[in-house]
Amino acid sequence: MDNLINYTLRIADNALILGQRMSQWCSNGPTLEEDIAMVNISLDLFGQANGFYEYASSIDGNKSADDFAFLRSEREYFNNLIVEQGNGHFGDTIVRNFLFDTYSVLFYTKLQNSSDDTLAALSSKSLKEAKYHLRHSSNWLIRLGDGTDESNKKVQKSLNDIWMFTGNLFEMDELDTDMLNKGIGIDNSLLKSEWDKKVNDTLSSAKLNRPEDGYMQTGSKEGIHTEHLGHLLSEMQFLQRAHPNAKW
Amino acid sequence: MTEEKFQKRIDAEQKIEPKDWMPDAYRKHLIRQISQHAHSEVIGMQPEGNWVTRAPSLRAKMILLAKIQDEAGHGLYLYSACETLGISRDELVQQLHDGKAKYSSIFNYPTLNWADMGAVGWLVDGAAIVNQVSLQRTSYGPYSRGMVRICKEESFHQRQGYEIMATMAAGTPEQKQMAQDALNRIWWPSIMMFGPHDADSPRSGNALKWKIKRQTNDELRQSFIDKTVAQAELIGLTIPDPDLKWNEETGHYDFGAMDWDEFWRVVKGDGPCNKQRLDHHKKAHKEGEWVRNAAKAYAKKQELLTV
Repeated sequence: MDNLINYTLRIADNALILGQRMSQWCSNGPTLEEDIAMVNISLDLFGQANGFYEYASSIDGNKSADDFAFLRSEREYFNNLIVEQGNGHFGDTIVRNFLFDTYSVLFYTKLQNSSDDTLAALSSKSLKEAKYHLRHSSNWLIRLGDGTDESNKKVQKSLNDIWMFTGNLFEMDELDTDMLNKGIGIDNSLLKSEWDKKVNDTLSSAKLNRPEDGYMQTGSKEGIHTEHLGHLLSEMQFLQRAHPNAKW
Repeated sequence: MTEEKFQKRIDAEQKIEPKDWMPDAYRKHLIRQISQHAHSEVIGMQPEGNWVTRAPSLRAKMILLAKIQDEAGHGLYLYSACETLGISRDELVQQLHDGKAKYSSIFNYPTLNWADMGAVGWLVDGAAIVNQVSLQRTSYGPYSRGMVRICKEESFHQRQGYEIMATMAAGTPEQKQMAQDALNRIWWPSIMMFGPHDADSPRSGNALKWKIKRQTNDELRQSFIDKTVAQAELIGLTIPDPDLKWNEETGHYDFGAMDWDEFWRVVKGDGPCNKQRLDHHKKAHKEGEWVRNAAKAYAKKQELLTV
């Protein structure tokens, strides 16, 4: 049971943390249309997070979805390192989201065949949204990569800078293997070749160079994060922490 | 068409459409009013964005994001309605940055605690709805149709704001105090959103004659106050006006004097957040320039490829 909860939390945390990042774009987008798009993506992601946390809550029987979302310490979040990375400029956000969205579409595509009916249903619902998100980030990546010299240089740097967080997406630990063996979870490592292909295709349309695979940062499965996560959480958890018994 | 014929159409409640003849002053008045309305929707994202990352539950986050998304969408319809009058969105944004176009002065006040998200929805959106319901009958077709769509979404905004206030007013002592504090700060600026008293509102004459505006500032304000008092009582909050009392004779609430010195001071630029709001908008616009340029350059390349 604990493994199923933690497996579910890993998925929920990815959606929550990226949703929180996207909500930071509110009123800061390059156009009003993009403000709407990014707020909308954020809203989708919180909806996904809510679904998976509700499921974790129903297995747990004690903690609520909000308890999971707002009342864990930094070491108890299991999102992939890439989603907690700061928004940076618009190109940094697009590159981060593109790399994650590509993974997310592959991940949900597989997980919708899970033997766990709830995870399967939540995945198939989330997949529809993830495809829209990927379309948004890929289209922008191509526009920025193949736009002006300035935009090409900027997103090439975004890509180089964030590349070391992509390996983390395909790791398998004991918990993942246990879920895989039970027919509940999927094999992340098997997503890699398809991910490579899709990423390479889009990078080539965007006239961007794929960075060399160097050392890949790791740790999220044990709750070891980059420094960014603590700040994100302290802001997000502020009211829940300051007023422990309040209802909102 | 002469001005006389134009006025006849207005008097007959016919809608004026973009390609119809209209007096220059009518066009100017509409551009000023609609763009001010559009800018208000857009600048209004800032005080709400101030709390979006701190919203205290998943549900609260989703509701607030949905509301902000609606508002940005309203900004888009209104900019489009305004563009039918022969001005571009770029020009409108430039006027905002140059200080030539205004936005609702209410957004020059800060949002200081979570209950402000409630008070803004309940009072600011509430006041806006009273005005916008009336504007559904405005004489300019695109503006009127925009208002019909906008009103549907705004009533959800007001309900969610009131729900936050009701929940906090019934919550812990600290929550109730935050709710009352938000009401105390936001009440007076909200009722001043309707603008100066009719006697001091120089532009109202033509706007009413042309049926751009359908009710006067004072009528709209009174209707808002009459609706809101009972809502405050129901959740146990006190409207910060000792002179507020029911008047049997008029069938309306009497209320205290508004601080018009404060109102004009904030309109003219010395509110707590005027500089911050405008600087924020300029900064985001400037930081997005390379992105807009890239999108244009890409679109141009694609055009050349398809020729």
